Amino acid sequence: MESREIISIALSAIRANKLRSALTLLGIVVGVFSIIGVMTAVRVLQNSIESGLSNLGAHTFQIQKMPMMSSRREWLQALKRKDITYEQAQTVAERITLAQYVGIEGWQGGATIQRPTGEKTNPNVSVAGETPEGIPTNNWTIKEGRSITENDLLHSYAVALLASEVEKKLFPRGGAVGSEIKINNRRYTVVGTFEPKGASLGGSSDNFVAIPLTTFLEHFGKQRSLNIMVKAKSAEVYEECLEETRLLLRTLRKVPPGQEDDFYIFSNDSLIETFNEFTFYVKLGVGFISFISLLAAGVGIMNIMLVSVTERTKEIGIRKAVGARRSNILSQFITEAIVLCQMGGLFGIGLGIIGGNLAALAFSIPPVIPIDWALIGFLLCSAIGIVFGVYPAWKAANLDPIDALRYE
Amino acid sequence: MSTIIRLFNITKVYQMGEEEVHALQGVNLEIKKNEYVAIMGPSGSGKSTLMNIIGCLDTPTAGLYELNGTNVSEMNDNQLAKIRNKEIGFVFQTFNLLARSDVLHNVELPLIYGGFSSAERKRLAKEAIERVGLSDRMHHKPNELSGGQRQRVAIARALVTNPSILLADEPTGNLDSRTGEEIMGLFDMLHQQGNTIIVVTHEEEIAAHAHRMVRIRDGKVERDEMVKHRRIAKSIVTS
Repeated sequence: MESREIISIALSAIRANKLRSALTLLGIVVGVFSIIGVMTAVRVLQNSIESGLSNLGAHTFQIQKMPMMSSRREWLQALKRKDITYEQAQTVAERITLAQYVGIEGWQGGATIQRPTGEKTNPNVSVAGETPEGIPTNNWTIKEGRSITENDLLHSYAVALLASEVEKKLFPRGGAVGSEIKINNRRYTVVGTFEPKGASLGGSSDNFVAIPLTTFLEHFGKQRSLNIMVKAKSAEVYEECLEETRLLLRTLRKVPPGQEDDFYIFSNDSLIETFNEFTFYVKLGVGFISFISLLAAGVGIMNIMLVSVTERTKEIGIRKAVGARRSNILSQFITEAIVLCQMGGLFGIGLGIIGGNLAALAFSIPPVIPIDWALIGFLLCSAIGIVFGVYPAWKAANLDPIDALRYE
Repeated sequence: MSTIIRLFNITKVYQMGEEEVHALQGVNLEIKKNEYVAIMGPSGSGKSTLMNIIGCLDTPTAGLYELNGTNVSEMNDNQLAKIRNKEIGFVFQTFNLLARSDVLHNVELPLIYGGFSSAERKRLAKEAIERVGLSDRMHHKPNELSGGQRQRVAIARALVTNPSILLADEPTGNLDSRTGEEIMGLFDMLHQQGNTIIVVTHEEEIAAHAHRMVRIRDGKVERDEMVKHRRIAKSIVTS
C-alpha cells in the first residue's frame, strides 16, 4: 500500500470531522506556539544584542562599575561600589602598554537639543562625554567636520558632534557643522557629525551627541562613574591587554588579592555569554512547560483517536474483509494521528514565528525565522502523534473482522 | 470440474462465558468451480459460522479446509487477509460500503490492499462497475444511491479482484422483492459468465436461484441436493 494512499485516507478522515479535529489540534497548536514564540523572541533579542555589540570595535573591551545584565541583587550590590573616577581612568590610560587606544566616557540620558531657530528634539537624546580616543573605541566614524581633540578636552570647549538621528531632526537640509545648538539650554558649537550605525536593542543607537569629557563633567556633574574602553594593539595581545588593564585597575582601586573585581569588564564575547546564560533558563523553563502542554495535547489526541476507532469499527471491519492486514490498519490510524499533530504543529510554528517577531517589531530590528526550532517543533509533534497514536491504532488493528463487521 | 472448496470434518467451538457452544459439528462439503450453491438454515443453525470460515474471516477449531488446494485452516491473520483479498469476494446484507468514499473508491478498495498501481486500480474498478451497470454513478457517494444500486456497488467490489468465489450473505435481505429479484438476476448472469457463487440465505425463493442447496441444522449438513425447479430471474441488469 502506497504512503500517498495512506495519507489521503488520513486527510479524508480528518476532513470528515472538521470541528473535532480543529479542537484536538488546538492543544498541539498552543504547545508548539509557546516553544516557537519564545525561541523566536530570544533569537531576535540575541541578534539585536550581537549587532549592538559590534558597535564596540574589534578586540575592544569596556570597563564599568555596573553590570550590563544582572539579577536585582547583583545590581544593588554593584551600586555600593566606588565610582570609576576620571583620575583612575587617566592613570590606566597613561600606564597601559598593550593598548592602541584608551577611551574614557560618561553618559547622560534625557537631554533636549535645540537650535536658536526653534527646531527641537524630543527630551530623549543621550549625551556622551568623550575623550578623543573614545571616538575610535566606540567605532564611531566622522561623516563631516572633525572629531574631539586634546585641545577641546584641555579647555573644556563647548563643542559637540551630532549622531545621524539628531542631525536629521535639527538640520534636515544639512549645514550642521559650524552651527550653534543648545543642549539642555547651554550653548555648543557643532564641529562634526557621525555616520549612522543603525538600530539595536532598546531603540536607535544614533540618538546622541558627543561632547568633550571635561565639558561633560562640568555641565552634567562630576559625581558619576565613568566607562573605560580599551582597544588592544592587536587580536593576539587582546587577552594580555585585558589582564594588564584588570591588574592596573585593581591596584588603583586597592582591591585586596583574592577578592573579586569591583568593576565589570565587557567584551562582545562576554556579553553574549552573559545573555546566553540568562536566556538558557528562560528557554529551559519555557521548553519544560511547553513539553508538558504537548503531553497533555497528546493525551487529547489519544482520546479522540480512541473515539474515532470505536466510531469507525465498521469501516475497519470492511477494510479487513476485503484484505487489509493488521499493518495496513495500524499505519492508517498512526498516520492519521501524526497528520493531525503535524497540522497543529504547522499552525503553532506559523503563529509562534509571528508572535516571536512582534518583539522584533517592538525593538524595530530585523525579524528572524528560527528554522532549527521550527524543525525541532515539527519533529516533536510528529513524535507526539506516533507515541499517542500507537495505542488506538493497535486497538484498531487487532479488532476481530467478524465482530467489527457486525458492529452497528 | 476442479474442486475449489473442500471442507473436511470442520468443527467450531465458541466459549460463551462458562458454556461451550458447538456451532459446527463435523461439516463435510465440496464445492466445484462454477457451481451456484445456496446454503440454507434457520438462525442458530451455524450457517453464519460456516460462511465466516469459508470466507476466511475465521478459522475452524478442528478439521481441514482447502481452498484451491491450499490448506487455509491453520493460517495466521496476515495470510488470511491475503486470501480474502485475492480469492474471496464478499457481498453483505447491509452492503458495507465506505460511506465517505464514492463508488469508484469503494470498488478500488480491495485493489489498494492488493498492491495494484493507481492506474491499474482505476482501470479494473471501472471495468467491474461497468459489469454491474453503474458506469454513470462512478462518483456518487453511497447515500446518493438506491439500495439496489448500493448492493451492485458491493458486487462490483467483490468482483474486482477476480476472486475464486463470490460469497453472498443474505444479499437481498435489505431490499424490496423487485430489487432483490434484480440483484439475483445479476448473480445468475455472473454465474453464466463462469463465477463460482455461494449464497447464504434463509429464503427459499432466493435459494431457488442456485443449482444446489445445502441445508444446515444444528451445526451439521442436513441435506445436500440439486435444485429441481430453478428459478431464473426475469429481469437481468437494468440500471
